[in-house]
Amino acid sequence: MHRALISGIAIAILCSVIGLFLVLRRYSLFGDAIAHSSFGGIALGLLAGIYPLWTAYGVSIASALIITKIKDRYNISGDASIAVLLSSGIAVGLVIIGLSGGFTIDIFSFLFGSILLVSVNDTILILSLTGGILVVILLLYRQILYSTFNEEQAKVSGIPVEKINYLIVFMAGLTVVTSIQLVGVLLISALFVIPNVTAIMYGKGFKQTAIISMSFSIFSVVIGILISYIFDITPAGTIVLLSIGLFAGTIGIKSAGLLSKH
Amino acid sequence: MLIVEIENLTVQYPDVKALDDVSFRVDQGDFLGIIGPNGAGKSTLFDSMLGLNTKYTGTIKFFGEDIRKSKNYLKEIGYVPQKPIFEKNFPATVSDVVRMGLKNESDESKINEILQQLWIHELRNRRIGELSGGQLQRVFIAKALVNNPKILILDEPVTGIDQQSIELFYSILRELNSKQKITIIWSSHDLDAVNQLANHVACLNRTLFFHGESAKFFSNDELIKQYSEASMQEHMHHH
Ligand SMILES: Nc1ncnc2c1ncn2[C@@H]1O[C@H](COP(=O)(O)OP(=O)(O)OP(=O)(O)O)[C@@H](O)[C@H]1O
Ligand SMILES: [Mg+2]
Repeated sequence: MHRALISGIAIAILCSVIGLFLVLRRYSLFGDAIAHSSFGGIALGLLAGIYPLWTAYGVSIASALIITKIKDRYNISGDASIAVLLSSGIAVGLVIIGLSGGFTIDIFSFLFGSILLVSVNDTILILSLTGGILVVILLLYRQILYSTFNEEQAKVSGIPVEKINYLIVFMAGLTVVTSIQLVGVLLISALFVIPNVTAIMYGKGFKQTAIISMSFSIFSVVIGILISYIFDITPAGTIVLLSIGLFAGTIGIKSAGLLSKH
Repeated sequence: MLIVEIENLTVQYPDVKALDDVSFRVDQGDFLGIIGPNGAGKSTLFDSMLGLNTKYTGTIKFFGEDIRKSKNYLKEIGYVPQKPIFEKNFPATVSDVVRMGLKNESDESKINEILQQLWIHELRNRRIGELSGGQLQRVFIAKALVNNPKILILDEPVTGIDQQSIELFYSILRELNSKQKITIIWSSHDLDAVNQLANHVACLNRTLFFHGESAKFFSNDELIKQYSEASMQEHMHHH
């Protein structure tokens, strides 16, 4: 149980930070697309008898980087490239599942998450990835923020914008596959997007917005895990519903005029 | 000291030749006004100088070094784009945006100093998306200046800004050039303003029509007449 909470908190922080950059780059659904492509990777792992998360990491990150390359090279819009990535992952997964004659229960835990069953090794992996990614973001904070704000101006300031973009895609890939254990493939973009759009509405500066988003994210994950533990239901749904609750509450406060309008 | 040398710069887009064999130089301390009608190639010239457009022929040198060889010169440049594009609800305050321009993050005091100099200190905690055009422009100038650049490049930065803010902006530019010795390259449609502020003028309309001291340009009625006619033609051509 406390393993679930510790990993949950780490994932909450990670998703809200990476998600903030994705949302601001108008790339909100990118997490979703990576998650869907990891479905293909998971199916591949199950078929080959390899631990499915490893194949998921490989397939998701590789396909995310490839689609980014294609998008830049051929000037395809962000949303279209997301659609390509998203559907091809599912398609590959379905074909593999079909070829293997269908899987048992295993695939279910990847679709909806299984944080309550997280092992010691998983927890260590989650914590070290979270630590590593946060260190990278802190070290490159200005470069990442500036190239998210405006690519051209960042370039003129000498920031290697393209490399930073690939780095973000790479970190998003790691984050998504790591987080699959918490909410599963289907609801991943909820963790990336909802706490951030909620936090942005508070009208604060960048760091405060990131902190508000992290707090909301941690709150939903911790309370969600506790509720699902008590009522013995899958945590993914409760976590996402809680963060939607915070979102709705914020809209309520805002329309009541208690927050400045933008 | 020679800061910029542009030789035989030609930019061919798929449909138009935006710049045709343009050559000129900029010295340390110059205040160069680049004038030219819409579509004259001013932004294209800046994009090429800043490394945003690499599909050009000819050479561009900063501090004697070809910009194709080294990007080091960018450290010395502050750039204010024609249209600062950003996500309207981007969660950044005025100080957040100015801080992005700051390469050495420990220089926090520099941010306050520059905000004060540009009369936007009281806006420092406001979200960037809430500002008026004139305020926004000063924020972007602050961002361009916070790193102590040797050269300031401004692309037509007064469109849609009220007269009072324009006056303030011009006095800030004049001070930066005369007191802080920053070399300024500035594109504008406003001939009067260029006459008042700039000490050098480049008239651009695909080709370089005139380049030299502004006094020479503005005392030569024939040149001004030719320039206005060329601009008029360009204008009619577009409508
Ligand atoms: N990226 C591009 N691709 C193709 N053509 C372009 C591109 N950018 C500019 N052009 C064309 O090049 C010409 C010069 O454009 P540019 O934007 O440099 O002019 P400008 O002097 O900055 O005009 P304005 O005063 O309206 O800002 C125009 O005919 C324009 O249509
Ligand atoms: Mg222009």
